[in-house]
Amino acid sequence: MTCDEAKILLHALIDGELDAGHAREVEAHIAGCASCTAELAAYRTMREAIVSADLRYTAPASLRQRLDAALPKPSPMPVSNVTPLASRRSVLRGFALGSAVSALAATGLFAVVLRNGDQQLIESEIVSAHLRSLQPGHLIDVVSTDQHTVKPWFNGKLDVSPPVIDLTAQGFTLIGGRLDYVDARAIGAVVYKRRAHVINLFVAQTSSTARKPAKIETVQGFNIRSWSDRGLNYWAVSDIGVDELNEFGEKFEAATQVNKEG
Amino acid sequence: MTPGQWLSAGRADSRSAEVGQAKVGQAAMPANTTEDDPERARRFREAALPHLDDVYTLARYLLRDAADAEDAVQECYLRALKHFDTYRGPAMKPWLLAILRNVCRAEFARRASAPARTIDDSPEAAEQTPLWHEEQQTPEAEILRERDASAIRRLVDALAEPFKETFVLREINNLSYREIADAVGAPVGTVMSRLARARAMLRSAWLAEQEQPR
Repeated sequence: MTCDEAKILLHALIDGELDAGHAREVEAHIAGCASCTAELAAYRTMREAIVSADLRYTAPASLRQRLDAALPKPSPMPVSNVTPLASRRSVLRGFALGSAVSALAATGLFAVVLRNGDQQLIESEIVSAHLRSLQPGHLIDVVSTDQHTVKPWFNGKLDVSPPVIDLTAQGFTLIGGRLDYVDARAIGAVVYKRRAHVINLFVAQTSSTARKPAKIETVQGFNIRSWSDRGLNYWAVSDIGVDELNEFGEKFEAATQVNKEG
Repeated sequence: MTPGQWLSAGRADSRSAEVGQAKVGQAAMPANTTEDDPERARRFREAALPHLDDVYTLARYLLRDAADAEDAVQECYLRALKHFDTYRGPAMKPWLLAILRNVCRAEFARRASAPARTIDDSPEAAEQTPLWHEEQQTPEAEILRERDASAIRRLVDALAEPFKETFVLREINNLSYREIADAVGAPVGTVMSRLARARAMLRSAWLAEQEQPR
Protein backbone atom coordinates (compact mmCIF):
# COMPACT_ATOMS: atom_id res chain seq x y z
CA MET A 1 0.00 0.00 0.00
CA THR A 2 1.27 3.46 -0.89
CA CYS A 3 0.96 6.61 1.21
CA ASP A 4 -1.44 8.01 -1.38
CA GLU A 5 -3.82 5.13 -0.81
CA ALA A 6 -3.32 5.14 2.93
CA LYS A 7 -4.06 8.83 3.31
CA ILE A 8 -7.53 8.23 1.81
CA LEU A 9 -8.17 4.91 3.51
CA LEU A 10 -7.19 6.12 6.96
CA HIS A 11 -10.44 8.10 6.97
CA ALA A 12 -12.40 4.93 6.37
CA LEU A 13 -10.38 3.41 9.20
CA ILE A 14 -11.32 6.26 11.55
CA ASP A 15 -14.96 5.87 10.54
CA GLY A 16 -14.94 2.12 11.07
CA GLU A 17 -15.93 1.50 7.46
CA LEU A 18 -13.21 -0.98 6.55
CA ASP A 19 -13.65 -4.72 6.81
CA ALA A 20 -11.17 -6.53 8.98
CA GLY A 21 -8.85 -7.45 6.13
CA HIS A 22 -8.51 -3.94 4.72
CA ALA A 23 -8.28 -2.41 8.19
CA ARG A 24 -5.30 -4.67 8.92
CA GLU A 25 -3.62 -3.63 5.67
CA VAL A 26 -4.05 0.08 6.39
CA GLU A 27 -2.92 -0.33 9.98
CA ALA A 28 0.14 -2.25 8.83
CA HIS A 29 1.12 0.56 6.47
CA ILE A 30 0.53 3.25 9.08
CA ALA A 31 2.56 1.38 11.67
CA GLY A 32 5.58 1.51 9.38
CA CYS A 33 5.15 5.10 8.21
CA ALA A 34 5.79 8.06 10.52
CA SER A 35 4.07 10.53 8.24
CA CYS A 36 0.86 8.51 8.01
CA THR A 37 0.95 7.91 11.77
CA ALA A 38 0.98 11.69 12.30
CA GLU A 39 -1.87 12.13 9.81
CA LEU A 40 -4.02 9.54 11.54
CA ALA A 41 -3.36 11.12 14.94
CA ALA A 42 -4.21 14.62 13.68
CA TYR A 43 -7.49 13.51 12.08
CA ARG A 44 -8.45 11.49 15.15
CA THR A 45 -7.92 14.58 17.32
CA MET A 46 -9.92 16.72 14.94
CA ARG A 47 -12.72 14.17 14.88
CA GLU A 48 -12.86 14.08 18.67
CA ALA A 49 -13.08 17.87 18.79
CA ILE A 50 -15.90 17.79 16.24
CA VAL A 51 -17.83 15.06 18.03
CA SER A 52 -17.51 16.70 21.43
CA ALA A 53 -18.48 20.13 20.07
CA ASP A 54 -21.90 18.80 18.94
CA LEU A 55 -22.45 20.62 15.67
CA ARG A 56 -26.08 19.63 15.26
CA TYR A 57 -28.82 22.21 15.12
CA THR A 58 -32.15 21.78 16.87
CA ALA A 59 -35.24 22.48 14.81
CA PRO A 60 -37.01 25.50 16.29
CA ALA A 61 -40.45 25.01 17.84
CA SER A 62 -41.93 27.30 15.20
CA LEU A 63 -40.82 24.86 12.49
CA ARG A 64 -42.42 21.94 14.32
CA GLN A 65 -45.67 23.88 14.49
CA ARG A 66 -45.47 24.76 10.80
CA LEU A 67 -44.96 21.12 9.86
CA ASP A 68 -47.73 20.00 12.16
CA ALA A 69 -50.06 22.40 10.40
CA ALA A 70 -48.85 21.48 6.91
CA LEU A 71 -49.04 17.69 7.27
CA PRO A 72 -52.42 15.93 7.18
CA LYS A 73 -53.91 15.10 10.55
CA PRO A 74 -53.14 11.62 11.86
CA SER A 75 -55.70 9.13 13.11
CA PRO A 76 -55.57 9.08 16.90
CA MET A 77 -55.54 5.27 17.14
CA PRO A 78 -54.63 2.76 14.48
CA VAL A 79 -57.47 0.54 13.19
CA SER A 80 -59.89 2.00 15.77
CA ASN A 81 -62.31 3.09 13.07
CA VAL A 82 -62.58 -0.40 11.57
CA THR A 83 -64.26 -2.35 14.36
CA PRO A 84 -67.24 -0.05 15.09
CA LEU A 85 -68.03 0.07 11.41
CA ALA A 86 -67.88 -3.69 11.07
CA SER A 87 -69.93 -4.36 14.19
CA ARG A 88 -72.52 -1.77 13.30
CA ARG A 89 -72.97 -3.33 9.92
CA SER A 90 -73.44 -6.74 11.48
CA VAL A 91 -75.99 -5.33 13.92
CA LEU A 92 -77.89 -3.77 11.06
CA ARG A 93 -78.00 -7.09 9.34
CA GLY A 94 -79.09 -8.76 12.54
CA PHE A 95 -76.51 -11.41 11.89
CA ALA A 96 -74.45 -12.08 15.00
CA LEU A 97 -71.79 -14.12 13.30
CA GLY A 98 -71.14 -11.31 10.83
CA SER A 99 -69.14 -9.38 13.38
CA ALA A 100 -66.77 -12.23 14.06
CA VAL A 101 -66.39 -12.98 10.39
CA SER A 102 -65.69 -9.37 9.42
CA ALA A 103 -63.31 -8.96 12.33
CA LEU A 104 -61.45 -12.07 11.28
CA ALA A 105 -61.42 -10.94 7.68
CA ALA A 106 -60.19 -7.54 8.77
CA THR A 107 -57.30 -8.92 10.82
CA GLY A 108 -56.45 -11.45 8.11
CA LEU A 109 -56.26 -8.74 5.53
CA PHE A 110 -54.23 -6.57 7.83
CA ALA A 111 -51.68 -9.33 8.43
CA VAL A 112 -51.40 -10.02 4.71
CA VAL A 113 -50.83 -6.36 3.94
CA LEU A 114 -48.17 -6.01 6.62
CA ARG A 115 -46.27 -9.14 5.71
CA ASN A 116 -46.38 -8.28 2.08
CA GLY A 117 -45.06 -4.82 2.85
CA ASP A 118 -42.17 -6.29 4.83
CA GLN A 119 -41.40 -8.74 2.13
CA GLN A 120 -41.45 -6.08 -0.56
CA LEU A 121 -39.05 -4.05 1.52
CA ILE A 122 -36.63 -6.96 1.75
CA GLU A 123 -36.95 -7.72 -1.95
CA SER A 124 -36.35 -4.12 -2.84
CA GLU A 125 -33.22 -4.17 -0.66
CA ILE A 126 -32.09 -7.39 -2.26
CA VAL A 127 -32.38 -5.77 -5.68
CA SER A 128 -30.51 -2.69 -4.42
CA ALA A 129 -27.74 -4.93 -3.11
CA HIS A 130 -27.65 -6.73 -6.46
CA LEU A 131 -27.39 -3.39 -8.29
CA ARG A 132 -24.63 -2.18 -5.97
CA SER A 133 -22.71 -5.39 -6.60
CA LEU A 134 -22.76 -4.71 -10.33
CA GLN A 135 -20.85 -1.46 -9.92
CA PRO A 136 -17.15 -1.78 -10.76
CA GLY A 137 -15.15 -3.36 -7.98
CA HIS A 138 -18.16 -4.24 -5.83
CA LEU A 139 -19.03 -7.71 -7.03
CA ILE A 140 -16.65 -9.96 -5.20
CA ASP A 141 -14.66 -9.85 -1.95
CA VAL A 142 -13.18 -13.29 -2.41
CA VAL A 143 -12.47 -14.33 -5.98
CA SER A 144 -12.47 -18.05 -6.49
CA THR A 145 -14.12 -20.71 -8.54
CA ASP A 146 -13.34 -23.21 -5.79
CA GLN A 147 -16.11 -23.82 -3.27
CA HIS A 148 -13.53 -24.89 -0.70
CA THR A 149 -11.97 -21.42 -0.86
CA VAL A 150 -15.18 -19.42 -0.86
CA LYS A 151 -16.95 -21.26 1.95
CA PRO A 152 -14.20 -20.88 4.60
CA TRP A 153 -13.84 -17.22 3.64
CA PHE A 154 -17.25 -16.53 5.21
CA ASN A 155 -16.16 -18.00 8.55
CA GLY A 156 -16.18 -15.40 11.29
CA LYS A 157 -17.79 -12.81 9.01
CA LEU A 158 -21.36 -14.03 9.40
CA ASP A 159 -23.58 -15.71 11.95
CA VAL A 160 -24.31 -18.41 9.39
CA SER A 161 -22.26 -20.56 7.08
CA PRO A 162 -23.76 -20.20 3.63
CA PRO A 163 -23.60 -23.34 1.53
CA VAL A 164 -21.25 -22.72 -1.36
CA ILE A 165 -21.84 -25.13 -4.19
CA ASP A 166 -20.00 -25.29 -7.45
CA LEU A 167 -22.54 -25.57 -10.23
CA THR A 168 -20.09 -25.10 -13.08
CA ALA A 169 -20.92 -28.51 -14.47
CA GLN A 170 -24.59 -27.49 -14.57
CA GLY A 171 -23.83 -24.29 -16.46
CA PHE A 172 -23.63 -21.84 -13.56
CA THR A 173 -20.06 -20.82 -12.79
CA LEU A 174 -19.14 -20.02 -9.22
CA ILE A 175 -17.01 -16.87 -9.30
CA GLY A 176 -16.74 -15.82 -5.66
CA GLY A 177 -18.34 -14.47 -2.52
CA ARG A 178 -19.08 -11.18 -0.89
CA LEU A 179 -20.33 -9.66 2.35
CA ASP A 180 -23.35 -7.44 1.84
CA TYR A 181 -25.88 -5.60 3.95
CA VAL A 182 -29.60 -6.15 3.73
CA ASP A 183 -32.14 -5.08 6.30
CA ALA A 184 -29.27 -3.54 8.30
CA ARG A 185 -27.66 -6.96 8.74
CA ALA A 186 -24.57 -8.54 7.28
CA ILE A 187 -25.57 -11.11 4.73
CA GLY A 188 -23.58 -13.55 2.64
CA ALA A 189 -23.69 -13.29 -1.13
CA VAL A 190 -22.40 -16.12 -3.30
CA VAL A 191 -21.81 -14.97 -6.85
CA TYR A 192 -22.41 -17.05 -9.95
CA LYS A 193 -22.27 -16.30 -13.62
CA ARG A 194 -24.43 -17.60 -16.44
CA ARG A 195 -22.84 -16.46 -19.70
CA ALA A 196 -22.45 -12.67 -19.15
CA HIS A 197 -25.17 -12.53 -16.48
CA VAL A 198 -24.44 -12.24 -12.78
CA ILE A 199 -26.50 -14.19 -10.28
CA ASN A 200 -26.25 -13.08 -6.67
CA LEU A 201 -27.37 -15.71 -4.21
CA PHE A 202 -28.05 -14.01 -0.87
CA VAL A 203 -28.15 -16.23 2.21
CA ALA A 204 -29.42 -15.21 5.64
CA GLN A 205 -30.49 -16.93 8.81
CA THR A 206 -34.17 -17.35 9.63
CA SER A 207 -35.82 -18.36 12.87
CA SER A 208 -38.01 -20.93 11.18
CA THR A 209 -36.49 -24.21 10.09
CA ALA A 210 -39.47 -25.10 7.93
CA ARG A 211 -38.76 -25.67 4.29
CA LYS A 212 -40.53 -23.08 2.16
CA PRO A 213 -40.96 -23.75 -1.53
CA ALA A 214 -39.55 -21.42 -4.10
CA LYS A 215 -41.33 -18.28 -5.15
CA ILE A 216 -40.48 -16.05 -8.07
CA GLU A 217 -40.98 -12.30 -7.97
CA THR A 218 -40.02 -9.57 -10.36
CA VAL A 219 -38.82 -6.30 -8.87
CA GLN A 220 -37.58 -3.41 -10.98
CA GLY A 221 -37.05 -5.77 -13.88
CA PHE A 222 -34.95 -8.25 -11.91
CA ASN A 223 -36.12 -11.74 -11.12
CA ILE A 224 -35.87 -12.96 -7.56
CA ARG A 225 -36.27 -16.62 -6.64
CA SER A 226 -36.65 -17.00 -2.90
CA TRP A 227 -36.89 -20.13 -0.81
CA SER A 228 -36.08 -21.37 2.69
CA ASP A 229 -34.41 -24.55 3.78
CA ARG A 230 -32.94 -25.78 7.08
CA GLY A 231 -32.97 -22.42 8.83
CA LEU A 232 -31.66 -20.38 5.92
CA ASN A 233 -33.46 -17.95 3.63
CA TYR A 234 -32.21 -17.76 0.06
CA TRP A 235 -32.74 -15.10 -2.56
CA ALA A 236 -31.28 -15.63 -6.01
CA VAL A 237 -31.33 -12.39 -8.01
CA SER A 238 -30.45 -11.87 -11.62
CA ASP A 239 -31.50 -10.35 -14.89
CA ILE A 240 -31.62 -13.79 -16.49
CA GLY A 241 -35.05 -15.14 -17.38
CA VAL A 242 -37.40 -16.82 -14.95
CA ASP A 243 -36.79 -20.24 -16.54
CA GLU A 244 -33.05 -20.07 -16.14
CA LEU A 245 -33.28 -18.67 -12.64
CA ASN A 246 -35.63 -21.51 -11.70
CA GLU A 247 -33.18 -23.96 -13.20
CA PHE A 248 -30.41 -22.42 -11.11
CA GLY A 249 -32.50 -22.64 -7.93
CA GLU A 250 -33.55 -26.22 -8.56
CA LYS A 251 -30.00 -27.34 -9.22
CA PHE A 252 -28.78 -25.53 -6.15
CA GLU A 253 -31.50 -27.07 -3.98
CA ALA A 254 -30.88 -30.52 -5.40
CA ALA A 255 -27.18 -30.14 -4.66
CA THR A 256 -27.80 -29.05 -1.05
CA GLN A 257 -30.04 -32.09 -0.52
CA VAL A 258 -27.27 -34.40 -1.68
CA ASN A 259 -24.43 -32.49 -0.16
CA LYS A 260 -25.49 -32.50 3.51
CA GLU A 261 -22.12 -31.35 4.68
CA GLY A 262 -22.15 -28.49 2.17
CA MET B 1 -34.21 1.27 -2.82
CA THR B 2 -31.71 2.33 -5.40
CA PRO B 3 -30.03 5.72 -5.63
CA GLY B 4 -32.12 6.42 -8.70
CA GLN B 5 -35.29 6.00 -6.73
CA TRP B 6 -34.09 8.37 -4.08
CA LEU B 7 -33.29 10.98 -6.62
CA SER B 8 -36.63 10.59 -8.25
CA ALA B 9 -38.34 11.11 -4.91
CA GLY B 10 -36.83 14.56 -4.81
CA ARG B 11 -37.41 15.39 -8.44
CA ALA B 12 -39.96 14.36 -10.98
CA ASP B 13 -43.04 12.31 -10.34
CA SER B 14 -42.66 10.35 -13.55
CA ARG B 15 -39.82 8.17 -12.31
CA SER B 16 -41.71 7.18 -9.19
CA ALA B 17 -44.69 6.26 -11.28
CA GLU B 18 -42.50 3.92 -13.35
CA VAL B 19 -41.05 2.41 -10.23
CA GLY B 20 -44.51 1.90 -8.83
CA GLN B 21 -45.58 0.02 -11.92
CA ALA B 22 -42.53 -2.17 -11.85
CA LYS B 23 -43.34 -3.35 -8.37
CA VAL B 24 -45.21 -6.57 -7.85
CA GLY B 25 -47.81 -7.60 -5.33
CA GLN B 26 -49.37 -4.15 -5.35
CA ALA B 27 -52.81 -5.69 -5.48
CA ALA B 28 -52.65 -6.44 -1.77
CA MET B 29 -51.98 -2.81 -0.91
CA PRO B 30 -54.98 -0.97 0.49
CA ALA B 31 -56.67 0.79 -2.39
CA ASN B 32 -57.73 3.84 -0.38
CA THR B 33 -54.31 5.32 0.46
CA THR B 34 -55.06 8.90 -0.44
CA GLU B 35 -53.31 12.00 0.80
CA ASP B 36 -56.04 12.46 3.40
CA ASP B 37 -55.85 8.96 4.82
CA PRO B 38 -55.38 9.60 8.56
CA GLU B 39 -53.76 6.19 9.11
CA ARG B 40 -51.18 6.96 6.45
CA ALA B 41 -50.63 10.40 7.97
CA ARG B 42 -50.01 8.79 11.34
CA ARG B 43 -47.49 6.31 9.91
CA PHE B 44 -45.70 9.08 8.05
CA ARG B 45 -45.48 11.29 11.11
CA GLU B 46 -44.17 8.44 13.25
CA ALA B 47 -41.54 7.50 10.69
CA ALA B 48 -40.40 10.93 9.54
CA LEU B 49 -40.77 13.46 12.35
CA PRO B 50 -38.16 11.89 14.68
CA HIS B 51 -35.53 12.90 12.10
CA LEU B 52 -36.53 16.55 12.05
CA ASP B 53 -33.38 17.77 13.81
CA ASP B 54 -31.16 15.87 11.39
CA VAL B 55 -33.00 17.22 8.36
CA TYR B 56 -32.94 20.74 9.75
CA THR B 57 -29.23 20.46 10.57
CA LEU B 58 -28.33 19.46 7.01
CA ALA B 59 -30.50 22.27 5.66
CA ARG B 60 -28.75 24.81 7.89
CA TYR B 61 -25.32 23.73 6.67
CA LEU B 62 -26.25 23.50 3.02
CA LEU B 63 -28.21 26.75 2.83
CA ARG B 64 -26.44 28.77 5.55
CA ASP B 65 -29.63 30.59 6.39
CA ALA B 66 -32.14 29.75 9.12
CA ALA B 67 -35.24 30.97 7.29
CA ASP B 68 -34.30 29.24 4.03
CA ALA B 69 -33.54 26.09 5.99
CA GLU B 70 -37.02 26.08 7.53
CA ASP B 71 -38.63 26.47 4.11
CA ALA B 72 -36.48 23.68 2.70
CA VAL B 73 -37.36 21.34 5.57
CA GLN B 74 -41.07 21.94 5.09
CA GLU B 75 -40.75 21.32 1.34
CA CYS B 76 -38.75 18.16 2.07
CA TYR B 77 -41.45 16.75 4.38
CA LEU B 78 -44.23 17.53 1.92
CA ARG B 79 -42.35 15.81 -0.89
CA ALA B 80 -41.54 12.86 1.34
CA LEU B 81 -45.21 12.51 2.27
CA LYS B 82 -46.15 12.56 -1.39
CA HIS B 83 -43.73 9.73 -2.15
CA PHE B 84 -44.26 7.84 1.09
CA ASP B 85 -46.22 5.08 -0.67
CA THR B 86 -43.25 4.22 -2.87
CA TYR B 87 -40.77 4.39 0.01
CA ARG B 88 -39.34 0.91 0.65
CA GLY B 89 -36.44 1.51 2.97
CA PRO B 90 -33.68 0.87 3.71
CA ALA B 91 -33.82 3.60 6.35
CA MET B 92 -35.93 6.70 6.77
CA LYS B 93 -33.18 9.14 7.73
CA PRO B 94 -31.00 8.79 4.61
CA TRP B 95 -34.12 8.85 2.46
CA LEU B 96 -35.27 12.15 3.99
CA LEU B 97 -31.79 13.63 3.74
CA ALA B 98 -31.60 12.68 0.05
CA ILE B 99 -34.89 14.48 -0.56
CA LEU B 100 -33.74 17.49 1.41
CA ARG B 101 -30.56 17.60 -0.61
CA ASN B 102 -32.56 17.75 -3.82
CA VAL B 103 -34.72 20.53 -2.39
CA CYS B 104 -31.53 22.45 -1.59
CA ARG B 105 -30.21 21.87 -5.11
CA ALA B 106 -33.29 23.61 -6.44
CA GLU B 107 -32.66 26.45 -4.01
CA PHE B 108 -29.05 26.72 -5.21
CA ALA B 109 -30.28 26.97 -8.77
CA ARG B 110 -32.70 29.72 -7.77
CA ARG B 111 -29.94 31.61 -5.96
CA ALA B 112 -27.53 31.16 -8.85
CA SER B 113 -29.97 32.82 -11.20
CA ALA B 114 -30.10 35.75 -8.77
CA PRO B 115 -27.10 38.11 -9.08
CA ALA B 116 -25.68 37.48 -5.62
CA ARG B 117 -22.77 35.03 -5.40
CA THR B 118 -23.78 32.03 -3.38
CA ILE B 119 -22.07 28.71 -3.12
CA ASP B 120 -18.91 27.78 -4.92
CA ASP B 121 -19.78 24.47 -6.46
CA SER B 122 -16.52 24.13 -8.35
CA PRO B 123 -14.11 21.66 -6.86
CA GLU B 124 -11.04 23.52 -8.18
CA ALA B 125 -10.47 25.45 -4.99
CA ALA B 126 -10.70 22.24 -3.08
CA GLU B 127 -8.29 20.42 -5.35
CA GLN B 128 -5.60 22.91 -4.41
CA THR B 129 -5.83 22.06 -0.76
CA PRO B 130 -2.91 19.82 0.06
CA LEU B 131 -3.73 16.53 1.69
CA TRP B 132 -0.42 16.79 3.49
CA HIS B 133 0.63 19.30 6.09
CA GLU B 134 4.13 20.37 7.00
CA GLU B 135 4.97 20.19 10.65
CA GLN B 136 3.70 23.10 12.65
CA GLN B 137 5.57 25.09 15.25
CA THR B 138 2.81 24.67 17.79
CA PRO B 139 1.87 21.05 18.31
CA GLU B 140 -0.93 20.50 15.83
CA ALA B 141 -2.96 18.38 18.19
CA GLU B 142 -3.19 21.33 20.58
CA ILE B 143 -4.50 23.62 17.86
CA LEU B 144 -7.06 21.14 16.61
CA ARG B 145 -8.53 20.85 20.07
CA GLU B 146 -9.01 24.54 20.79
CA ARG B 147 -12.28 25.30 19.11
CA ASP B 148 -15.81 25.72 20.34
CA ALA B 149 -18.92 24.67 18.43
CA SER B 150 -19.64 28.04 16.83
CA ALA B 151 -16.10 28.36 15.50
CA ILE B 152 -16.19 24.84 14.04
CA ARG B 153 -19.61 25.49 12.50
CA ARG B 154 -18.19 28.56 10.78
CA LEU B 155 -15.32 26.53 9.36
CA VAL B 156 -17.68 23.78 8.17
CA ASP B 157 -19.97 26.39 6.63
CA ALA B 158 -17.05 27.70 4.60
CA LEU B 159 -16.27 24.33 2.98
CA ALA B 160 -16.98 24.12 -0.75
CA GLU B 161 -19.57 21.74 -2.18
CA PRO B 162 -19.73 18.80 -2.67
CA PHE B 163 -17.25 18.35 0.15
CA LYS B 164 -19.35 20.11 2.78
CA GLU B 165 -22.38 17.98 2.07
CA THR B 166 -20.36 14.77 2.36
CA PHE B 167 -18.72 15.98 5.56
CA VAL B 168 -22.01 16.98 7.22
CA LEU B 169 -23.75 13.74 6.22
CA ARG B 170 -20.89 11.75 7.74
CA GLU B 171 -19.81 13.73 10.80
CA ILE B 172 -23.01 15.39 11.89
CA ASN B 173 -25.86 13.32 10.44
CA ASN B 174 -23.88 10.16 11.15
CA LEU B 175 -24.61 8.32 7.90
CA SER B 176 -22.51 5.38 6.74
CA TYR B 177 -20.50 5.66 3.52
CA ARG B 178 -23.04 3.53 1.72
CA GLU B 179 -25.94 5.65 2.91
CA ILE B 180 -24.13 8.80 1.81
CA ALA B 181 -23.36 7.25 -1.57
CA ASP B 182 -27.05 6.42 -2.05
CA ALA B 183 -28.19 9.84 -0.84
CA VAL B 184 -25.91 11.82 -3.13
CA GLY B 185 -25.98 9.36 -6.03
CA ALA B 186 -22.21 8.80 -6.16
CA PRO B 187 -20.08 5.67 -5.76
CA VAL B 188 -18.71 4.84 -2.31
CA GLY B 189 -15.18 5.50 -3.58
CA THR B 190 -16.14 9.05 -4.49
CA VAL B 191 -17.68 9.55 -1.07
CA MET B 192 -14.47 8.33 0.53
CA SER B 193 -12.23 10.68 -1.45
CA ARG B 194 -14.59 13.64 -0.96
CA LEU B 195 -14.59 13.02 2.76
CA ALA B 196 -10.78 12.83 2.87
CA ARG B 197 -10.65 16.08 0.91
CA ALA B 198 -13.24 17.76 3.13
CA ARG B 199 -11.34 16.87 6.25
CA ALA B 200 -8.08 18.09 4.74
CA MET B 201 -9.74 21.39 3.81
CA LEU B 202 -11.24 21.78 7.25
CA ARG B 203 -7.92 21.04 8.87
CA SER B 204 -6.11 23.64 6.72
CA ALA B 205 -8.71 26.27 7.49
CA TRP B 206 -8.58 25.40 11.16
CA LEU B 207 -4.79 25.70 11.31
CA ALA B 208 -4.73 28.84 9.15
CA GLU B 209 -7.20 30.57 11.42
CA GLN B 210 -5.04 29.75 14.41
CA GLU B 211 -2.15 31.69 12.92
CA GLN B 212 -4.18 34.89 12.76
CA PRO B 213 -4.79 36.92 15.92
CA ARG B 214 -8.22 36.28 17.33
